[in-house]
Amino acid sequence: MDDLVDINLTVNGKARHGRCEPRKLLVDFIREDLGLTGTHAGCEHGICGACTILFDGEAARSCTTLAVQADGAQIMTVEGLAGGDSLHPLQQAFHEHHALQCGFCTPGMLMTAVDLLNTVPNPTEAQIRDGMSAVICRCTGYQGIVNAVAAVAAAKNV
Amino acid sequence: MKPPKFTYHAPEQLDEAVQLLERYAGNARVLSGGQSLIPMLNFRLFSPEALIDLRRVPGLAEIRIEEDTLHIGAMTRQRAAENSDLVARKLPLMTEALGWVGHLPTRSRGTIGGSIAHADPSAELPMTLLALDGAVVVRGVSGERTIAADDLFSSFFTTTLAPAEILCGVRIPAMNAHCGFAVEEYARRKGDFAIVGMAAVLEGKDGKCTRARLVSAGIGGRPVRLRAAEDLLLKNGLGAQSIIAASRAVMEIVEPTSDPNASADYRRHLAGVLAERALLRAANMLKESAHG
Amino acid sequence: MSSQGAHKGFVGQSVPRREDLRLLRGQGQYIADFTLPGMLHVAFVRSPVAHARIKSVDLSRAAAAPGVHFVMSGLELAKEIPPVQDQQLPLPRKWRTTVPHKIFDPRQPLLAWDKVRHVGEAVAVIVAENRYLAEDAVDLVSVDYEFLDPVVDAEAALGAGAAVLHEQNGTNLLAEFSVNKGDVAGAFAAARQTLKRRFYHHRYAGIPMECRGAAALHDARTDAVTIWSSTQVVHWVRREVALTLGLSEARVRCVALDVGGGFGTKGHVYPEDLLLPYLARRIGRPVKWIEDRREHLQSACHSRDQIHDAEIAFDASGKILAFRDSMIMDCGAWNPVGIGIPYNTASHLIGPYKMENFSVRARVVATNKVPNAPYRGAGRPEAVQVVERLMDLIARELGVEPAAVRRRNLVTAADMPYAAGIPYRDGQPIVYDSGDYPLALEKVLAEIGGLDAFRARQRAARAEGRHLGLGLGMYTEGTGVGPFEGATVRVDPSGKIYVSAGSCPQGQGMETIFSQITADLWKVNPEDVILSLADTAGIPMGFGTIASRSTVNLSGAIHVASERLRGKTFNIAANMLECAAADLELRGGRVGVVGVPEISVSLADVARASRPGWDHQRPEGVDAGLEETYYWEPSTVTWAYAAHAVIVDVDIRTGHVKLEKYVIAHDCGVVVNPMLAEGQIIGGAVQGIGGALFEGFNYDSEGQLLTGSFMDYLLPTASDVPNITVLHHESPSPLNPLGVKGLGEGGAIAPPVAIANAVCDALSAYRAEFNVTPITPADIVLAVRSAA
Repeated sequence: MDDLVDINLTVNGKARHGRCEPRKLLVDFIREDLGLTGTHAGCEHGICGACTILFDGEAARSCTTLAVQADGAQIMTVEGLAGGDSLHPLQQAFHEHHALQCGFCTPGMLMTAVDLLNTVPNPTEAQIRDGMSAVICRCTGYQGIVNAVAAVAAAKNV
Repeated sequence: MKPPKFTYHAPEQLDEAVQLLERYAGNARVLSGGQSLIPMLNFRLFSPEALIDLRRVPGLAEIRIEEDTLHIGAMTRQRAAENSDLVARKLPLMTEALGWVGHLPTRSRGTIGGSIAHADPSAELPMTLLALDGAVVVRGVSGERTIAADDLFSSFFTTTLAPAEILCGVRIPAMNAHCGFAVEEYARRKGDFAIVGMAAVLEGKDGKCTRARLVSAGIGGRPVRLRAAEDLLLKNGLGAQSIIAASRAVMEIVEPTSDPNASADYRRHLAGVLAERALLRAANMLKESAHG
Repeated sequence: MSSQGAHKGFVGQSVPRREDLRLLRGQGQYIADFTLPGMLHVAFVRSPVAHARIKSVDLSRAAAAPGVHFVMSGLELAKEIPPVQDQQLPLPRKWRTTVPHKIFDPRQPLLAWDKVRHVGEAVAVIVAENRYLAEDAVDLVSVDYEFLDPVVDAEAALGAGAAVLHEQNGTNLLAEFSVNKGDVAGAFAAARQTLKRRFYHHRYAGIPMECRGAAALHDARTDAVTIWSSTQVVHWVRREVALTLGLSEARVRCVALDVGGGFGTKGHVYPEDLLLPYLARRIGRPVKWIEDRREHLQSACHSRDQIHDAEIAFDASGKILAFRDSMIMDCGAWNPVGIGIPYNTASHLIGPYKMENFSVRARVVATNKVPNAPYRGAGRPEAVQVVERLMDLIARELGVEPAAVRRRNLVTAADMPYAAGIPYRDGQPIVYDSGDYPLALEKVLAEIGGLDAFRARQRAARAEGRHLGLGLGMYTEGTGVGPFEGATVRVDPSGKIYVSAGSCPQGQGMETIFSQITADLWKVNPEDVILSLADTAGIPMGFGTIASRSTVNLSGAIHVASERLRGKTFNIAANMLECAAADLELRGGRVGVVGVPEISVSLADVARASRPGWDHQRPEGVDAGLEETYYWEPSTVTWAYAAHAVIVDVDIRTGHVKLEKYVIAHDCGVVVNPMLAEGQIIGGAVQGIGGALFEGFNYDSEGQLLTGSFMDYLLPTASDVPNITVLHHESPSPLNPLGVKGLGEGGAIAPPVAIANAVCDALSAYRAEFNVTPITPADIVLAVRSAA
């Protein structure tokens, strides 16, 4: 019962390795074993979306994924978005459009928005709201978030 | 809300997975996408001795067509099915239904087989399987068998799979190129489980109905084929009055239950409204496909 | 104060937030991210039953479980540690001697030991290597409960047969008070038209995305404890920890790191805040507890949950003649905060209207549910629901527009300052100090395109079988309540301005707005202001961030401290420059002679010159140091207000309510940062929409909490809410130097009633009344069907 599992994966472009119980959730593995605390656990039952990361390029909840299921996967967390000193366009837009207040859902919002814009490059406001409904925010009322995502989409589609 | 301890297996062969399941005699659970199972483990609703992860079993995520039947592997991610051209062309009802399933991030991980095996009565995929006269392929110790959707869902979160059987794929006959279909659902918020859902598939011509499927989700413990309503359409055609009459019949035949999310009365009411909307939309689509 | 020099004012600008960079990069530090070497992890055994005596707690199997370091039950703990302080939100003597009241406040033990009184109440604590192992051990604890009858209805709780939660009190009535003005009985007797209704505002809560959490460390060398808590009130926590552990406050430090939302839910001291430092000291290792969502729903305080039986008398012109209300608040099992919420309700029932005769009787009742504590609005949404529904009902009775009834009764700008005739929670008589309430109403009506145009569109829609409705909700809000907030302002040796205060941000952007305010006071850039908030080590006394009070009170404290410090700075600079202090001005981080650009010294120079010891440059009589601390004690609250208007499109077949348009005309006085202000208003409004339509806690007859996860507790998402238009008006407050009013809570106050009014308007043909929240689709279907 105490058998640990080995996990080898790529995180934010770097090869990482960990060893943990098979029951360990991916969100906890990312936060504790990998030391990346930008990904947050808001509900631990797959609804709030704060824990959203990119799993093989697609947004996925890390609280409803076991760490061992990510063996061999490519993971991107919020820490992987910015390129060195410069922010990712979504991060910059969130800043300009006041799309965050307490910041707890923000990493989940950002990763979800990345996937949304990859999937629907020129979304209408309704499509943005529908796509971002996957993550719950308690502070902003979503307006700044919707404006930020729309701004990035518009800039990309110019 | 951390999962309880379990022994973890990731077999590389389906038969090995089946044998493991058999060995644990009902105390092991199959892990596919985990979007339903892991939240339940996090709540410690139950404590399986072992988890048998199918992620390393090859060949379970194919989507292919064989003689007008779609074969979709159980480990096909919902998102992959949603994006599949083949599914869009041959099973457009499923493509529409998938848009209602959770959110994009849950569809990244959730699987077709997992959702069907989980048998949540409010879920869209079980309803869709039934509406499309689909079947599942299951592998057990004595080999493979097929279970028709009609015979698959027995009650809340319960299928007729034996304890040591693994759902490895679904088989669904391609939809008629000339048909009308619709999925109507009412949920409190986008992505929530349906309070009530309806799937309709209609075939016919010039207002006459030659084939009808009307299936509910969220009413009672499993998806239900509303045969009495289907029969009325076959008999009276696809005009507005007939559809309204069929929807009223739906309200009479359904047997909803009450729970904290919705009363039986409200579910019954919604069943009628959504049946009407689904049938009208499907009938319209059918009419347009005749001219198209 | 001189505003010369080329200083571009930052107050009033939408300065982007300095908090953002770390949060966007995932480099915020929330309590769950905080670790210390040797840290152990805490989990609680929580009661699965609503009301029971605890016969025994068997911790033996848990104590022997892998990775477990310490276990404890309530009985052992009760021998050492007193219960949590009650009446955490103090009522000043002036209130207590003015308002007739009775309060019984049972004090909650840190762990239940004699009885459990709600599902979720903590019974035992486990400390283990990690949370996984701690939860494994929790599953091994056996508690023998002797079931008692549960009390799940506040009215039934007052009945003769009801079980009593706090037996020493003999009754479930925890508190009552009444507020009276004028001759209510006489006015009702004389009135020709009256309306009486029961209103119910249901139980819901703040639900921040970050659950609660705390970590504690004991320093054996000094016998001091530090507690890091996701809290809104670090100084309260510090005070209570010191009392609980028998330590001096000087040996207790409380810090809040990045807090992922509070909304009032984290605005008082919880048992866990006190238990963690006790454990750290007892065990000799740092400990951390991170609440999970299941725990949160069953132990972080709920709110609202009030019944009102209200009656209003009016004349043929719609003028209010008298109002009376009997209200019951379902307080749950404990009453940590006291009667702040129901008194807020009572004192806000007058709202923006003239009411000559007014009386409210309030009772606070214990039930076997999670305790009730403030959540954004803190009693005001309940009040506004009553009054604003009644205004619409009067309109219907008279066959006039709801807006017309409001206009008939609104306090106007010409009436300011307007004495409402009853005291506020601070004991001071309520005086609406500034504002233009009728203008707010006109603004929202204009923004939706005008009433006539809407009614025409509504008629046309109805002809097509669509049901549009318009709903209004107006409120006044006492903000910036005392007793105080303090600021220490210091000129740092670097020349930057350092400000330390006990305010506790949870996402409002305080680092940004207070750097703007300070920058304007010192004629520097916001980047040259260093802020230390939410740390008791930074300032000896603080109150914290609840009740829409920090902008008002902290800006006042910073202002006065800065004024005094500037005086000292000029004295020292004058000595350095051999000129008169009166000839000096601040410019861009320097102090210089007015009109002589070449003559100046930097603030860093002055800081150096102010030091004690040899070679200082202070004039005779000026003490060393360049720092001032000031505690701003507001005379009373300053009154913000708003008008909300919402247009709904109701699908009467499914019962779905779509919010087509939402407009808010809002006045919080001088706006420090328009972008942030709008974020607060919109964020609050979306929470209000959640309360109106989606959120809610449900208990069954056994006291089981049916709302156990986010599958049951529905939070509004981006696709559930529209864009919200915010129109600002600025009536500067005359009560503080900056002219600001609070705005943290306002957005959440009016949406439930505005939406209820809109739905009633949409379904007017069915004469439907929605006097109960939430409004669910099933309720609408039922209302339409009942009318048929």
